[in-house]
Amino acid sequence: MSAAAEVLERPAKLEKKPNLLMRTLRQKQAKIGLALTLLVLAIALFGPLALPWLTGSTSTEFTGRPFTSTGLFGTDNLGRDVFSRFLDGGLKLLVYSALATGIGMLLGVVLGMVAAYSGRRLDGLLMRGNDVLLALPQLVFAMLAITVLGPQGWVLVLVIGVTHAPRVARVTRSAAAAVITEDYIRASEMYAVPRWKILLTEVLPNITGPLMVELGLRMTYSIGFVAALSFLGMGMQPPNADWGLMINENRIALVVQPWGVILPVLAIAVLTVGTNLLTDSLARASANINVGN
Amino acid sequence: MISRMILRRLVVSLGILLVVSLLVFFATLLLPGDPAQAILGQQATEDRLAALREQMNLNDPWWQRYLAWLGGIFTGNLGISAATGGSVAALLSERISASLVLLAVAGVIAIPVGIIVGTYSALRRDRGFDRAATGVSLVLASLPEFVIGVVLIALLSTTVFKLLPSVTMAPPGEAVWNYPLQLVLPTLTLVLVVIPYIIRMMRATMLEVLDSGYVEMARLKGVPERQVITRHAIPHALGPVAQVVAIQLAWMAGGVVVIEFLFRYPGIGQALVDAVTNRDVQVVQAISIIIAAAYVVVNLLADVVGMVTNPKLRTESAA
Amino acid sequence: MTATTTESSVITSALSVRDLDIFTEQDRQVLFGVEFDLQPGRILALVGESGSGKTTAGLACMGHFRKGLARGTGTITLGRSGTQNVLQMPQQELRALRGRHIAYVPQDPALSLNPAQRIGAQILEVLQIHGYGDSTAERRERVGQVLAEVGLKNDEAYQHRYPHQLSGGQQQRVGIAMAFACRPSVIVLDEPTTGLDVSTQALVLETIKELSERHQVAGLYITHDLAVVAELADEVAVMLRGRIVEHGSAREVLYSPQHDYTKALLDAVPDLEGCHQVGEVQAITSEQVQVQAHQIRQKLELPADAQPLLQVKNLALSYGAAKILNGINLSLDPGESMMLLGESGSGKTTLSRCVAGLNDDYTGTVALNGVELAPGTRKRTASQRQHIQYIFQSPFSSLNPRRTISESVEVPLVMAGVRSKSHRRDRVLEALDQVRLGKSYMDRRPGDLSGGERQRAAIARALVNAPSLLVCDEITSALDVSVQASILDLLRTIQAERQMSLLFVTHNIALARHISQRIAVLQQGKIVDYGHTDAVLENPQHEYTQQLLAHIPSF
Repeated sequence: MSAAAEVLERPAKLEKKPNLLMRTLRQKQAKIGLALTLLVLAIALFGPLALPWLTGSTSTEFTGRPFTSTGLFGTDNLGRDVFSRFLDGGLKLLVYSALATGIGMLLGVVLGMVAAYSGRRLDGLLMRGNDVLLALPQLVFAMLAITVLGPQGWVLVLVIGVTHAPRVARVTRSAAAAVITEDYIRASEMYAVPRWKILLTEVLPNITGPLMVELGLRMTYSIGFVAALSFLGMGMQPPNADWGLMINENRIALVVQPWGVILPVLAIAVLTVGTNLLTDSLARASANINVGN
Repeated sequence: MISRMILRRLVVSLGILLVVSLLVFFATLLLPGDPAQAILGQQATEDRLAALREQMNLNDPWWQRYLAWLGGIFTGNLGISAATGGSVAALLSERISASLVLLAVAGVIAIPVGIIVGTYSALRRDRGFDRAATGVSLVLASLPEFVIGVVLIALLSTTVFKLLPSVTMAPPGEAVWNYPLQLVLPTLTLVLVVIPYIIRMMRATMLEVLDSGYVEMARLKGVPERQVITRHAIPHALGPVAQVVAIQLAWMAGGVVVIEFLFRYPGIGQALVDAVTNRDVQVVQAISIIIAAAYVVVNLLADVVGMVTNPKLRTESAA
Repeated sequence: MTATTTESSVITSALSVRDLDIFTEQDRQVLFGVEFDLQPGRILALVGESGSGKTTAGLACMGHFRKGLARGTGTITLGRSGTQNVLQMPQQELRALRGRHIAYVPQDPALSLNPAQRIGAQILEVLQIHGYGDSTAERRERVGQVLAEVGLKNDEAYQHRYPHQLSGGQQQRVGIAMAFACRPSVIVLDEPTTGLDVSTQALVLETIKELSERHQVAGLYITHDLAVVAELADEVAVMLRGRIVEHGSAREVLYSPQHDYTKALLDAVPDLEGCHQVGEVQAITSEQVQVQAHQIRQKLELPADAQPLLQVKNLALSYGAAKILNGINLSLDPGESMMLLGESGSGKTTLSRCVAGLNDDYTGTVALNGVELAPGTRKRTASQRQHIQYIFQSPFSSLNPRRTISESVEVPLVMAGVRSKSHRRDRVLEALDQVRLGKSYMDRRPGDLSGGERQRAAIARALVNAPSLLVCDEITSALDVSVQASILDLLRTIQAERQMSLLFVTHNIALARHISQRIAVLQQGKIVDYGHTDAVLENPQHEYTQQLLAHIPSF
């Protein structure tokens, strides 16, 4: 092209745009979120390994009378060491939450993309089915399942995962629907690219932003649900050590021996705040607003 | 036009409820064991078991039992509680009103406060107030209900200050609202659970509206800023926020379970936890259906409000 | 028409802008010492392509800066408010000024009218704020009066309508009525006719011209469309990247431009007569192979018995009761270029998509080389798909932002079963060369490319499989006029080199002599005029074509 043509059609500057993750972590809020999440993650992952040599007891061992101040943080309602139980109480919570989130995301993303891409009839059917599942709050749905199937780990994971799915599907569908009206999808149609390949290579890479945000959100909620169900006595069963359960067991003695409640509450709060700060930063980065400070 | 849309929405809602009822009913069929045995206990005689089975229509095919159960919901006959042996309807009637009081008070506080804070936050974008409000609501939105509740108990009722009762202990037969002080903590928890979502949604919608062409146009017409906001901006932001409020109200119905359990508040949430612990299926079923119905009704109302306030839909027939 | 000198204009001008600099909040300068004056009863056109800063300059006249912009420096004074600088006015005074002395007509009335308020109320609001007249009754009367002035009905029922109950042209006239309501002395019009079809545009322009003359209003007309400028403006200022590069009377600037940019811009404007030779002018395409339009025409005198490449028979399509297409017949010979002309809603895009197999809801037949094609690309054979290639309107939407250009361009090859990677790479490179993009573009993503470059990449994707028919759906309408010229140039070159047929879909009749040998005019799903370009343009048979020709702005 000639010089004059270049005046008219200015080529866009070649500037490597930082990817989503980099843009996310550039925010102070994301750094705080990551630090908080990693802190609790470390406690939950390495806590069980540190027992019993760090505290001198396992999490189910009776070390003294109930609600005394022996040990670093005292004893709990049955006279077990609070710190030991605290260190041992996060792993299952995290594993269950992660599994439930994974199931929910997988189901939801597949359903949502298929709904958005397929014709009106299947879309309508899937979304009506979604409406039905959405009519029951997740916690109530989980309790219904637990009534029937009993408070077991796989029930918890499955029911929370399955009830995440319609919510994830909704987000996926609306994100995918916006992409599907784009002409590059039509172009792929025109070249008769197989449908599964269109979904995988054209649609999915263009909705990673909202999906990452949804992943973070679902993880935060999963942690909340698993912990809440344990707190209600329907999740992890005694004598297992679990943060939600600890709160339930020790809350009657909040005045006498607050650590049994405060430690797990703090851990759950720090973890969910951390994941949510990360999620919010992700959302900002993917919407490309307010990034850089 | 609009009435037809509302009618269609109503039919859809009823359909959803019907499918939910099927779902909830089928949950019972999966349950191992004999409901009659569960109610009467191990020592029950064969005769009494048979009589109860007859009374509960356990010998009928499943679809007859479903129809009978469905009919029961409409006539207020929700079956018999396995744990107490009493009628489910009697067990729940007081608890429903107790829960409604809690929800209503929380809603009356959270909705206007959320809308005002969200609006103000959007108008003061990126200034001190906005940053504080956004930060606080982000943290609150991350915390599970029981965490907020436990922290409030520790702060206001036990460890730090001892200002408010941490549990609800109305004598049996007396209404909860006769003890307003006991209502404070559960209500406050519920408000704190719900309000961040309303604030965030209101803020986001207001920001979007404030960026719109018609708000810019109003400013370029010389409309005073106050009038720009009250006449041109807020009316457009309220529609989407109504939807969020509806979803949040329904969310409260789920969150209220945990909060009632935490504060021993005698509502349906507490009843649900007890029923699940006792595997009292009839009660769980009844409460699930009630909560689902509440969700569907609230959503329907939000949609109707949205339709009626949208001039595009309202005038469709005239155009 | 006299060219105004700066000295005399200071005294008589309704608005005067001096030394206007504007920076973004990140301190990037977007306007550089912009200066102009507006005279009562005359219209100054501020012309520029997207990103030139013309809207920013227009809004600055009202003391308004969009998000991301810091306030400007310089002086902007209104004749009426003495020496007060608009840029330093407190909000209170600015508010009193806006709508009363200086009014604004927005680009898109659909977004700028409040959708929840009746139009009468919206006009009344301006009058009330600025205390026009003495009583509400008087203001109501004014609402009716101003609606009549812009040629709308002014009865109660009409005033009670909501914006969505009006057509685009009516909405824009409400916008103009709102601006004229308080009888301002200055009016800023920001591309008010974009998105309107030609006949509506002609009416709106006439209204603007008449009102500003009758009420001695000074107008600032912001636009990218030079043809409109010729119709409307007394004076023209041409903007390029935040600077005014040429300024003078409309006659001077349009007919004897001084600045290179203005010349290039003018040369890029397609004209109905076809004498501009868009794209073949040295300023734009010195490296381009020269193709003379008449050469193509000669080459294409084919033997009469040759089979048409594309034959469309009785094509019809309807959604429910709405008939989108109704009995379309047309045929296209090998190497021939046809323009499919129609306004929005005429069904032209639908028709082109039926041909390309993107829309399979039609009845009737589409035949390629005498073989009937199945509706829908998935049912057509690979070679049939290969022969017809479709290029989308917006290059901002037709390329996947997550894939590199070479990944996007090679899709047709992959689907046609070209296994060898190096073979594909060679073909992609060849296609990119053909659209003058070259190797360095292969690994870039669409986000790194300008609109014109993206459209070239999209054309490369269509060319990579050596098609015999290229369907181009409004492919230049999302681009600036100079870029449009270079794309047209490219298409003609490729067409001549490859003996390809072209179905060029557009709403812009002025392009006719620049790209097509034959024309089909589409109105409401029917072809109303059909024939050789010259014949249709010189002797239009149908009333609709005559109307279109009468309404196009030109110079």
